[in-house]
Amino acid sequence: MKKLITIMLCILFSSLGFSQEKKNEQKKDTTKLEEVVIKTRRKLSSYRQEKTLSSIDDYLEKSNNVTMIKRGNYAWEPTINNMVSDRLVVTIDGMQIFGACTDKMDPITSYVDVSNLEKVTVGSGQEGTENGHCVGGGIDLQLPTSKFNESGLKTSADLGYETNGNFIATGLDLEYSGQKFFISADGIFRKSENYDAGNNLEVLYSQFRKYNISLQSGYKISENHSVDANIIYDRATDVGYPALPMDVSLAEALITSFTHNYNPEDKALKTLETKLYFNTITHIMDDTKRPDVPIRMDMPGWSDTFGFYSKADVLKGQHHFTFNLNGFYNKSLAEMTMFSNNPNEPDMFMYTWPDIRTLYSGIFVKDDWHFADGKSLSSSVRLGYHTNRIAKEVGVESLQIFHPNIDDQQSRFLMSLASSYNIKKEDSNIAFGLGYGERAPSVSEGYGFFLFNSFDNYDYIGNPNLKNEKALEANFNFSKTYDKFKIGLESSYFYIMDYIIGDIAQNVSSMTIGANGVRVYTALDNASIFDVYVNSSYTISDRFSVNGTVGYNYGRGSNSENLPLIRPFSYFAELNYNKPKFNASLQLDGNGNQSNYSSFYGENETASYAILNLNLGNAFYGEKGRTILKYGIENILDANYSTYADWNNIPRQGRNFYINISYVFP
Amino acid sequence: MKLKYILPLVLLVLVFSCSTDDDDNTNPVNEVEGLLLVKEIVNGNQTIELFNKKGMFETGYNEISIRLKDNTTDTYYEDAILSWMPIMQMPTMQHSCPKSAITKADGKDTVYKGFIIYQMTNMDSSGWSLTLDYTIDGMDYSLTETINVMQYENQNVASFMASDDSRYILALIEPKDPSIAINEMKVGLFKMQNMMTFPVVEDYTIALDPRMPGMGNHSSPNNTDLTYNSVDNFYYGDLSLTMTGYWKLNLKLMNSGDDVLKGEDVTEENEASSLYLELEF
Repeated sequence: MKKLITIMLCILFSSLGFSQEKKNEQKKDTTKLEEVVIKTRRKLSSYRQEKTLSSIDDYLEKSNNVTMIKRGNYAWEPTINNMVSDRLVVTIDGMQIFGACTDKMDPITSYVDVSNLEKVTVGSGQEGTENGHCVGGGIDLQLPTSKFNESGLKTSADLGYETNGNFIATGLDLEYSGQKFFISADGIFRKSENYDAGNNLEVLYSQFRKYNISLQSGYKISENHSVDANIIYDRATDVGYPALPMDVSLAEALITSFTHNYNPEDKALKTLETKLYFNTITHIMDDTKRPDVPIRMDMPGWSDTFGFYSKADVLKGQHHFTFNLNGFYNKSLAEMTMFSNNPNEPDMFMYTWPDIRTLYSGIFVKDDWHFADGKSLSSSVRLGYHTNRIAKEVGVESLQIFHPNIDDQQSRFLMSLASSYNIKKEDSNIAFGLGYGERAPSVSEGYGFFLFNSFDNYDYIGNPNLKNEKALEANFNFSKTYDKFKIGLESSYFYIMDYIIGDIAQNVSSMTIGANGVRVYTALDNASIFDVYVNSSYTISDRFSVNGTVGYNYGRGSNSENLPLIRPFSYFAELNYNKPKFNASLQLDGNGNQSNYSSFYGENETASYAILNLNLGNAFYGEKGRTILKYGIENILDANYSTYADWNNIPRQGRNFYINISYVFP
Repeated sequence: MKLKYILPLVLLVLVFSCSTDDDDNTNPVNEVEGLLLVKEIVNGNQTIELFNKKGMFETGYNEISIRLKDNTTDTYYEDAILSWMPIMQMPTMQHSCPKSAITKADGKDTVYKGFIIYQMTNMDSSGWSLTLDYTIDGMDYSLTETINVMQYENQNVASFMASDDSRYILALIEPKDPSIAINEMKVGLFKMQNMMTFPVVEDYTIALDPRMPGMGNHSSPNNTDLTYNSVDNFYYGDLSLTMTGYWKLNLKLMNSGDDVLKGEDVTEENEASSLYLELEF
């Protein structure tokens, strides 16, 4: 192992680093129809974004190696390369932010809305380590930067309606840009009732309601210096989780940051961006709407994070260096109070996250070296020091029930290395990358206390003595264009050592009524995850094109059991029709039978499915402003289906008619 | 040469005399600090003061601190010899309960200590009386006073007939202040030899299975059975409590030959043992 790391370090430093940016930067204005609008309205988009008002969740799901785990109709949990949020680093514009729910009901992506963001950067594997350590990859939800382009006041409004669930979304954006001053404000409101699965079967507790407002302001101090401040407030109430035994009465986030930008001209240092930030999350679970529960309980959670980063871009000769020095301090606390059905008995109480403080500081260096025409080598390294401390004495004592030899503090050194070689030719592109990464256990994996997982029906106990999870990674990308036909292949392989997963604790009785038992987080000796996607597209004529993707994923642990939540064979095909001011697409989306399911970790076999979607779009340009109209039918055949990523097999939406109108004031 | 011997002696005398002066001059330390008075009994020229943490007697294990005051000088006796006998008056008979001898409290000059385990009381807390015998300067004294014993809210003491046709009394002593942790559990086990005699039972084993009936009757991990400690004559084991609330500590009493004398295993069908103690926090 050590040898390997040494070799990799040698490769890295001898070549002075590179890393072909295979980052899946899904920038705005890529959609033909939206390119006019989007640029100014800074909406997220991609060539596969059908709705201007789609959620971040919808948006992320379009990426090949991203899948969303659904526990309901709201707050989906992203996975990259079949790895869930513990193995990912999800940041908002480089800011660390951690959910406050012990049951992963509030992924970070649920606390921002598309209206807050400019673009989303998805880095697969070790290419996602710019902001933190991960094994599976990183997602950075990027906020817009201040623009001092004197464009004056701009206003736009969005309205969306969907028949299934009676879903309403409405948004308003205001932006003023002067020579030295910039301000923008936006608000968005979304509300849905219970949706219907195929065959008009109502999915109870799938409603949600949320609003999000953000305010950003920038001031240009001088030609090279500017500052900006950003506040996002997000509040979701009455969110149902049909796959879980509890709902959420409140999920609230306040995300604030202050940034200084230095953009010297004619220097090797191109940009220097320094940000100070603070965010706080309150998450309150609620079971009062459920008629039959074995016991009533309150489960609030809180997560506060302070942090900073300082990021520099340096261009020198053929090298493009990126430096990122960052640090954060997080406080995660969650508790559970159970109200006995016997009124004579007192309330039962425990800390499910006993006030865990995490302090991290680290540095990231990356070099993109374009050493020859079309050839580049890209390398990165991240080194960090990570400390967890249990602030509540009762937390130490309660974990000592399971782990007699633990201290209140645990420190780790973390390292991540990646290197990739990229050859770009006129009609082809080849990239090959290697990486090694480590991550610390998440708060739940390290310190959770009787966290009920409704997926495998076990209570989970954290383990502060877990070793770092380590992954060796190889990835290969290839694409080639033959006239009108384009074919591409993306593939990654991960060999993960000390793979963290729960193991059954024999003879320990579960706390949750009706649970199968207790699992304590432990590590498998190793696990392997492999994924491959083949994309192709063919341009039939000026107006017509087709594209398709097939994917295969595999995951297995050293105990010879399949890993859970591994995507089965999947396929996607699309027929597009485009002309100015109008487009249409017919989509076929499906998964094969999930034959390699993991019964050991509580999965059952999910049947194959296929759905058809029709999406249409019109654009109207007039003196009175621009209007974008998006409409269509999802799941045309009203299939009743669920996918491998649907928690406890809750069925997905049946047939749904939608319409979105975006209006930009002149 | 001589100075070498004299100097330490002088110093010693100085220090010794100084410290004595100090003790006499400052107010005497309150040796019952943190304790509440349960009862004050005047007996001629003496007053007996009974203290404990709560200021009252309750069913179960009661740790009691005692002071004996000379009413004529308003000072406390430091070398009295005390013994006691609690008596419960029933309609047709009377009986006593497990108790310790009374000894001088560690590090204290005027405080004596012992414990009494009241296994029952009447609804109105009546029924018990306490006889105290004491000897001061070779003179024997005795007094009897009725006392109130309140019913403790949980079952912290069990009095039961076992399969060996003997009656036993089992009382919870620790944890007094339980936490979500592995707590040290301490109980006292006594045999009712006759109405007035309750000797300590040695070398039995008490199997422990704590359960939470309000939450699916779940248990907790890493508990250990209680075993006898011959140093202080109590039984000790590990009690792990995974959350606050009401816990039923299901027990099974086994003699030194491992024969079960009382109690059953908790199973799906049998949700509690017939021998148990209760805990709430």
